[in-house]
Amino acid sequence: MGKKPELLPGTLDLLILKTLSRGSMHGYGIAAFIKRISVDVLTVEEGSLYPALQRLLLQRWVKAAWKVTETKRRARYYTLTREGRRQLGDELSQYESMIAAIGRVLQDT
Amino acid sequence: MLLRVLRKLQLLIWRRRFHRDLGEEMSFHREQVEEQFRTEGMSAEQAHRAARQQFGNDLQLREQSQDVMAFRLESMLQDLRFAVRQLRKNPAFAGTAIVVLALGMAATVAIFAFVDAALLQPLPYQNPSRLVVAYETTNACRECTLSYLDYLDWKKTNTVFSSFEAWDASVYLWRSPEGVQAVRSAHVSGGFFRSLGVAAMLGRVFTDTDDTPAAPRAVVLTYGAWQSRFGGRQDIVGQSLILDNAAYSVIGVLPREFHFALRAAEFFTTIHDPSRCEQSRDCHDLNGLGRLRDSVSLDAAMAETKAIAARLEKEYPESNKGRSARLVPFRDAIVGDIRPTLLVLASGAGLLLLIAYANVASLLLVRAESRKRETVLRGVLGASVARLIRQFVTEGVLLVAVAVALAMPAASAAIPWLFTLIPERRLRGMPYFRDAGLHPRVLLFAAAVSLLAVVVFSVTPVLRLSLSNLREDLAEGGRGAAGTLWKRFGSNLVVAELAIAMVLLASAGLLGKSLYRMFHVDLNFNPANLATLEVNVHGAGYVKTDRLRTLSQRLVEHISAMPGVVSVAHTSDLPITCNCDSVEFRVLGHPWYGEHDKALQRVTSADYFEALRARLIAGRFYTEADDRSKPRVVVINRALVKQFFAGEDPVGRTIGDAGLSPESLAQVIGVVDDVREGDLVEPLVPALYYPFQQDTDGTLFLVVRTGPAPGPMMPSLVRAIHQVDPNLGVRNEFVMDDRINDSPAAFLNRSSAWLVGGFAASALLLGAIGLYGVIAYSVSQRTREIGVRMALGAQRGAVYRLILGQAGFLAAVGIVVGLAGSVPAAALLKSLLFGVQSWDVPTLIGVAVVLGICALLASYLPARRAASVNPVEALRAE
Repeated sequence: MGKKPELLPGTLDLLILKTLSRGSMHGYGIAAFIKRISVDVLTVEEGSLYPALQRLLLQRWVKAAWKVTETKRRARYYTLTREGRRQLGDELSQYESMIAAIGRVLQDT
Repeated sequence: MLLRVLRKLQLLIWRRRFHRDLGEEMSFHREQVEEQFRTEGMSAEQAHRAARQQFGNDLQLREQSQDVMAFRLESMLQDLRFAVRQLRKNPAFAGTAIVVLALGMAATVAIFAFVDAALLQPLPYQNPSRLVVAYETTNACRECTLSYLDYLDWKKTNTVFSSFEAWDASVYLWRSPEGVQAVRSAHVSGGFFRSLGVAAMLGRVFTDTDDTPAAPRAVVLTYGAWQSRFGGRQDIVGQSLILDNAAYSVIGVLPREFHFALRAAEFFTTIHDPSRCEQSRDCHDLNGLGRLRDSVSLDAAMAETKAIAARLEKEYPESNKGRSARLVPFRDAIVGDIRPTLLVLASGAGLLLLIAYANVASLLLVRAESRKRETVLRGVLGASVARLIRQFVTEGVLLVAVAVALAMPAASAAIPWLFTLIPERRLRGMPYFRDAGLHPRVLLFAAAVSLLAVVVFSVTPVLRLSLSNLREDLAEGGRGAAGTLWKRFGSNLVVAELAIAMVLLASAGLLGKSLYRMFHVDLNFNPANLATLEVNVHGAGYVKTDRLRTLSQRLVEHISAMPGVVSVAHTSDLPITCNCDSVEFRVLGHPWYGEHDKALQRVTSADYFEALRARLIAGRFYTEADDRSKPRVVVINRALVKQFFAGEDPVGRTIGDAGLSPESLAQVIGVVDDVREGDLVEPLVPALYYPFQQDTDGTLFLVVRTGPAPGPMMPSLVRAIHQVDPNLGVRNEFVMDDRINDSPAAFLNRSSAWLVGGFAASALLLGAIGLYGVIAYSVSQRTREIGVRMALGAQRGAVYRLILGQAGFLAAVGIVVGLAGSVPAAALLKSLLFGVQSWDVPTLIGVAVVLGICALLASYLPARRAASVNPVEALRAE
């Protein structure tokens, strides 16, 4: 477990929001998606995923509804709300300017 | 923000659904992971285990999610339920802790209610902090009254007071429908109430025009007088009252909250027309009351009044020589003598509370120790440290809440009980105490005390938690040797408890000894079976000496004929009252260098010394035969002889006033032992006794020696006086023993001795319980060790020595620390002590012995249990 790099602090919400911007998904789906897209580099621990989802629900950036999966199982699907989309935009631009700043510092030395 | 709270609330209501959703969501997730693993080629069982492992602690996960969503409230409810269960499981622990805590809190809160009433509650005047009491001061008398003319000069020439007023105490004989009643009253100057900032509740208060000889006579009633004497009738304003044979009309009633501690008057009248005394600068009868201007400090006002006094001294040297001024803030003037007592009592209650805290904290510590296993288990099962702490805090809160629920009613019941410690006569001078109760400030104080308790009781077990290592505890399995932490903290707490108990015991011991000394001062008269009454004659028209003399004769004759009366006499001032009413005197033939020698002056009827059973030392007492047809005589007391007739025989010498004017000269015919005229704690001072027949004076205090107990005879004595003249006023009917018991010093010392004694006894009990707890716990932890020792041949005596030695060490440290702490405590007590040094070795030794014996008793029980350990069983239990 210790081999995998830790998620940058504060980025989990951003990752979830970004993932959900492609369409509604259940919790497992979000975790699996992030893992797949990042080619196994980023693993979202369940221990942080669900509290994070609750936090986003509370902020009304996502909403949740029970639906049936393709395998005929009941699962809770999370969807981005309009506020969530705006928040994603904000966080993305913040993130990008920060990464750019870090990059400049690192290149300079 | 609001929305979020609403959502949380919503969740609280549907929390079951929330849990179900979360649970379902997670098991779905886990199944998906499991399936994933299977597709990667794991066996079903392997996949299941791997998924479980990855997922981690299901419970912890859920709690984390819940923490985000739910209020703390829900887990708090859970904690609370658990805490209640915990307390109910250990009724002995819970009961002890709660009772101890409630006791400490109730005592502290009740005492604080009195501190609040006396020192913090604003006085019922406008801007009371600007009020000062003004005195004239001389070498002989620090706080003396002003003469009327001096008062007028102070009032006219000062620039520091926005108003300067005067008042003096008086008694009116009021002709009520039920007969003549003597009523405590006060004369006040016209601006008195305006200066206090008090308006009438009904009618009006005085103005300056009421205070002129031409104005119609008017009286203002207090709320209490209006209620009790006039039944609160609404048409009281405008009614006419006969006071001292003159008609006064009621112009107003003061508000209910008004009180004037310096004089518990029921009727207020104006000075109106200055009396004969008030026309002379030599005669001092007024008290000054000033309101400082806004920008003027007390010091500046003091400087100016002193300057005024100095100017008057220069202008009127014969009357004002040596007279300066003194200002005292109003609050200090009314609480001056009670403040040290209150501080001592508050400190005592505070110490008791401290012991209670320490006691409960050590109980909690023991319990935390024995709950080690539970804590470890919960920690291993995934409870976060924060969650564990929250559990302890909840238990602390519950404990304190129950204690408060008991303590507050107890405190509110204790307040009226504390009132009964104050004799009615003394309560009159402390009217602010009547408001003592659970007022907002007191409740705030109670809240602070409770909060502190919660902090202490949550921190104690948490301390244990954070300092110990979960893994170590688990390995130990909650058994093994007594925790080192417990040893360190627990025994320190017990030492602190014993030390505080020692301080309280020492204080109680000193106060008790002081009280004993006070009640064993030489009175030099026999106080048993002595009834005393004040007869007010002036208002009944007895002014001329002839009439007074006849009245005296008739009163003495009539009362001595009553069954049960042994002897009757009267005096101008009763014993155990004050070292007041003194005069300047000179001895004829002694060298004189202009000094002002003073002695108390008493005018008594012939049988006075016999009625008191005072001892004659030399010469003779005066008799009825020493009347106006004979040369003037005087009896002096031993103190006067000691001070002024060293090595001389005083009998036959002549004493006169400062100017040795011929009409003042009187021959000394006898010496009486020092009858204690002042309060018990006041020194015995020189006194002159003159016969009433020669030196007739208008104040009569009757002294009646009775065969049976004097108390029940009081009503018939009052009746007998009214049979002589129904217009006479009678008041202050007291048995001499009560007068002594309730004298200011005795009352203050007695109530503090009782209360501090109560605190000390409770402290001793708590300290003993604490010590017992520590030793018992240590024995229970060392059972195995003791078993091994005994198996190896240790005798029972050795086991006793082991345990008692441990207890003795703790007690000894506690006593030594307590002795050190008693020094500052005794310094605080110093102003209350009489006839006892604050460092009284026998008291301290006695107290240490008492504490030592109690400590021995408290540790004997656990020691016996240790000595009766069966080695076989102790070892088998392993």
